[in-house]
Amino acid sequence: MSTAIAAPSPPAAADAAALRRALARAGRRRQWRAFALTLPLLLFLLLTFLVPIAALLKRAVENPEVARALPRTVVALQGWKHADAPGPEAFAAIVADLGALSDSADAGALARRLNSEKPGARSLVMGTYRALPLEGTSAATPAAAIKDKLLALDARWGEAAYWEAIAKNGSRWTPDYLLTAVDLRRDARGAIERVAPDQRVFGGILLRTFGISALVTLCCLVLGYPLAYWLSTLPPRRANVLMIVVLVPFWTSILVRVAAWIVLLQSEGLVNHALEGLHIIDRPLALLFNRTGVVISMTHILLPFMILPLYSVMTGVPPTYLRAAVSLGSTPLAAFVRVYVPQTYAGVGAGALLVFILSIGYYVTPALLGGPTDQMLSYYIAQYTNVDVNWGMACALGALLLAATLVLYAVYRRVTRSELSLG
Amino acid sequence: MLKPSSLVVALAAFACLPALAQKQLTVVNFGGANANAQKKAFYEPYEKTGTKVVAVEYNGEQAKIKVMVDSKNVTWDAVEVESPDVARGCDEGLFERLDWVKVGNKADFLPAAVTDCGIGIFVWSTVMAWDGDKLKTGPKTWADFWDTKKFPGKRGLRKGARYNLEFALMADGVKPADVYKVLATKEGADRAFRKLGELKSNIQWWEAGAQPPQFLVAGDVVMTTVFNGRIDAANREGKHLQIGWIGGIYDLDYWVIPKGDPNKDAALKFIAFASTADAQAEYAKNIAYGPTNKHALAKLDAKTLANLPTSPANAKDALQFNLKFWADQGEDLEKRFASWATN
Repeated sequence: MSTAIAAPSPPAAADAAALRRALARAGRRRQWRAFALTLPLLLFLLLTFLVPIAALLKRAVENPEVARALPRTVVALQGWKHADAPGPEAFAAIVADLGALSDSADAGALARRLNSEKPGARSLVMGTYRALPLEGTSAATPAAAIKDKLLALDARWGEAAYWEAIAKNGSRWTPDYLLTAVDLRRDARGAIERVAPDQRVFGGILLRTFGISALVTLCCLVLGYPLAYWLSTLPPRRANVLMIVVLVPFWTSILVRVAAWIVLLQSEGLVNHALEGLHIIDRPLALLFNRTGVVISMTHILLPFMILPLYSVMTGVPPTYLRAAVSLGSTPLAAFVRVYVPQTYAGVGAGALLVFILSIGYYVTPALLGGPTDQMLSYYIAQYTNVDVNWGMACALGALLLAATLVLYAVYRRVTRSELSLG
Repeated sequence: MLKPSSLVVALAAFACLPALAQKQLTVVNFGGANANAQKKAFYEPYEKTGTKVVAVEYNGEQAKIKVMVDSKNVTWDAVEVESPDVARGCDEGLFERLDWVKVGNKADFLPAAVTDCGIGIFVWSTVMAWDGDKLKTGPKTWADFWDTKKFPGKRGLRKGARYNLEFALMADGVKPADVYKVLATKEGADRAFRKLGELKSNIQWWEAGAQPPQFLVAGDVVMTTVFNGRIDAANREGKHLQIGWIGGIYDLDYWVIPKGDPNKDAALKFIAFASTADAQAEYAKNIAYGPTNKHALAKLDAKTLANLPTSPANAKDALQFNLKFWADQGEDLEKRFASWATN
């Protein structure tokens, strides 16, 4: 017996269109509501995250000092052949420009900028600024006479190198900071070349930063994986209690932990005393102010960042697969390696990425526990910010670090996407 | 609802607040034994005049001052800065020009202590030091400091190109009077870095003034460069650290006022007080740094005078830190040092 189920009569075309419009309107309203709820957070992120990063990137290419202070000189140097000292118009222009500076602070900023290009420019510019107006000159003095007076004041004005520094920095924007951050420079003609071997710093520093971070990531993985596995096999209540043991150091201030490591690792410290007491060594080990101390301390500080993602992934892995593999005849170890571990790759990837990105930005730990050959990139950013007050350079190095982080993240997304497509 | 009696009490408390509000001055120094001596000699006597002095420590980072001045939000009133920073900061408009009429008579002070934006606080010296208990006969010259066969062990050096290049040249045989002439040439700078390279594997670098005495006492280094006052402070606590004065490099620290400070007049009053002969003599009694006020020397006894960098015996063969040279060449040499240190 077949029961004919009456098919619902199709709605009229006009009703269908109205229904679609109402659905779209409801959907849009829902989207707007969601957006409005997240708007405060978006504004907060914009103000505290995106705007500062944009300002940092802008500062890394900004070069306003020469363009602002020496407009006439830059124009006068435009046809210059860069061989010897420029013609008298350039001398007259620079005297006019320096004389027109309203505040000595502008002269100071100009002196600092030019001194970074050509050491010695600071005393040249400040000395000339203070000597103005040159005696016996006025607005009507011919340029050649001004040139003679300026050369008599300081003979260094006859050297092409100082004028080159001015000509090269005449534009408001400069790639020089970013180039220096990767050990390149522009020569007098504007071509890009590598800097002299004794000035090459940042290539090695970048490699060192990545090397230390890779080592720390590996150590965290080796130490964190067994611990996360063990925690995931415990019943939830015991696991929670033991998780507190992992989290309490995580919540302790980083400076306190670094200071504690100094006490533990120094030649008269607890570790060396214990090892000497057990007669394992007879002279104290050098564990501080070198790479060993830095790696030990960074591993300790970054371990929770590896354990927590691993733990959360491992608690989601059903134990049935492992049991099935063993019941099908695999040895427990082979089952673990070939069945369990691949299921935790997502956690390994997330934990490794987190630890690596955090450690390339590390500053305090290598600064306090490491020697000069252990300083990572952030130390030089801090050096340029605080000591040299060369914020263009500091921002360029920061931009480099940001680029490295973004590239890493892009690689990670690529790799995990291909992983997911296999499953 | 507040009860009437408690309301009256609250109102009375508010009315008293202006009377309780005390004048306050923020003074910034380099910390450690220096800060303790400043507290005894400058801050505590000055607080008797009714202004509270808040002492803040820092390690010479000029960026903090630059940020304050640029954002027109100056919270530091009087700051102790090193000599290169005085010249640089004054040129770049970071510090107020001092009104010398309010501060004191220029003729009373050492010539190096009188500048447009800063007044010298004390004269200090970077010298070599060793532990008298561990080393019976110490190094006599910088060549000895470099001699790892005669004195095996690690040496402490301040991280940076400053001072170390001069010491390297002196160890290589250059006379103190010629050091800066030689260093200004390219061959001279190369020579200094080469000489430093000879010692490189035996160097332990320090950054904070408190570290070198600590290294000596802990036995991490056999000799080190150090700010002379920190050795004196350690010896007052019972240690037997020795100083070699020959070839030391002396320099001054200065008081400056960040530009745009709302408390400028109060800061000037404090600086004027700290520059009087009595205050300077009291400071020199508490830490072995030389006063800049010439009249303060007369108030000190022979034992204190013997420990100062400015005493004739100690200043013989000493070198004054050449500000002009380092203002020009500093950035370049420090970058070269960073490259050298990491390779």
